[in-house]
Amino acid sequence: MPKTIREINEKIKRGEAVVVTAEEIIDIAEEKGAKKAAEQIDVVTTATFGPMCSSGVYLNIGHSKPRIKLGGGRAYLNDVPVYTGFAAVDILIGANALPDDDPRNKIHPGEFSYGGGHVIEELVAGKDLKLTATAYGTDCYPRKKLETWINIKDLNETVLFNPRNAYQNYNVAVNLSDRVIYTYMGIVKPHLANANYCSAGQLSPLLNDPYYKTIGIGTRIFLGGGVGYVAWQGTQHNPTVPRTPNGVPRAGAGTLAVMGDLKEMSPEWLRGTTMHGYGTTLTVGIGIPIPILDEEILTYTTVKDEDIYAQVIDYSQAYPDFEPGSLGEVNYRELKSGKITLQEKEVPTGSLSSYAKAREIADTLKGWIKRGEFLLTESVQNLPSADSGLTFKPLKERALE
Amino acid sequence: MQKKKVVLTFPYKLINEPITYHLIKDYDLEVNIIRARISPREEGRLMMEISGKEEPLRKGMDYLKELGVEVQSLAQDIRWLDEKCTDCTICIPICPTEAMALDRNEMTVTFDQDKCIGCGLCVPACPYKAVEILF
Repeated sequence: MPKTIREINEKIKRGEAVVVTAEEIIDIAEEKGAKKAAEQIDVVTTATFGPMCSSGVYLNIGHSKPRIKLGGGRAYLNDVPVYTGFAAVDILIGANALPDDDPRNKIHPGEFSYGGGHVIEELVAGKDLKLTATAYGTDCYPRKKLETWINIKDLNETVLFNPRNAYQNYNVAVNLSDRVIYTYMGIVKPHLANANYCSAGQLSPLLNDPYYKTIGIGTRIFLGGGVGYVAWQGTQHNPTVPRTPNGVPRAGAGTLAVMGDLKEMSPEWLRGTTMHGYGTTLTVGIGIPIPILDEEILTYTTVKDEDIYAQVIDYSQAYPDFEPGSLGEVNYRELKSGKITLQEKEVPTGSLSSYAKAREIADTLKGWIKRGEFLLTESVQNLPSADSGLTFKPLKERALE
Repeated sequence: MQKKKVVLTFPYKLINEPITYHLIKDYDLEVNIIRARISPREEGRLMMEISGKEEPLRKGMDYLKELGVEVQSLAQDIRWLDEKCTDCTICIPICPTEAMALDRNEMTVTFDQDKCIGCGLCVPACPYKAVEILF
């Protein structure tokens, strides 16, 4: 008998909802069978904790006296440039932003010790940040210079807004060349000496709802330690990649744009991150509840690491040159075992995504729901799925002449 | 046999002395140099593993101290900041001695000071700066 989200919410309010994590559901469904498990379990919690580059915060600093219009001017938080293209006192800080005087990769590999991701971590941690700005001055906004400390507690709306998070599956990075490479997938040693992956696998949100049947626009989620929402499909959302018979994409596929009140979040789940020789980013903790409405949805949540395949890509040549082709397919059980076999060589693995932290998030969200502190939402609109025809297009470059 | 991982700091006047030679020759110690440098303050710094029998090892250490060489354990120069580590595991295939280890049930990372040789490869590899080498 199918359930509705409204019925599940009633149970949550009464403190009677049966909530388990996407890891726990695997054994439960095996033991009880999918039909019975679908009747008994109300919610499965999923989670991920990894570097997610397309992340940022927009904030409203309030008006100074006299007024200043930052729009069209320049502004910095702790010397990291912020975007000023919105009105007078709305600014946007992106995770990848770097101080103007950071040497970047002038001496390769650059250190990238401080950037937008670190600013966001310090902001959410309640530290004072130095705001410096220059503007051109108008009759209604005469001021041209501003230098002040700001603190999240004094700001108006301060919103984490991440255009692309929670990738549904991802590449495994290796290096076939004879030099060390420094990538957004970490340091990759020459001659297939390590393989870096980045997904929570069987705990990862979109791998547990592969066709986005419950996760959609308006879905309430755990975001950075607080509560957030799915705002849209993420950029590069690519639902039409090849899938296994159980619906799981064999490569990076769906993504989520998410947002939430930064003031309710915590630096424990939003970490400034440095990728040596590449840049800075933000590591984001996301947890998504899946309402078990019927047996089909339950079955998707029972996906195991050994059922999820990722493509192994050479980041010394194929990736930078945007050439198609994979060196092979490996599953997450193999990846998590610590070694995979590629071209008859045993290759040790490392992950950028923390499975231990993902577990902690899935457990935390489970606790919130069990205690009646977190209700599920009906999505307002579905995300484009495998039947949408939507694909991720490359750039069409055209000569300016 | 006993083993010690130490960092030696030499004052300027000892920079040209073949101290390692004497440790090997006079005290019959096995010496494995991990790192060596002269700092801008014109001090010599030598990170090494020394092994030998208890008595000669103690005497070797006394010899160093008498010369005015400062001896400290390697552990003081390498710091693993547990609170910064997110258990992501990206350091695991980078560490050559398995000082960084992963409990595959818990999926949590641990650091074994005794296995660390201070090579420093994990320092740039860690996205959260959870390892510091002061050497």
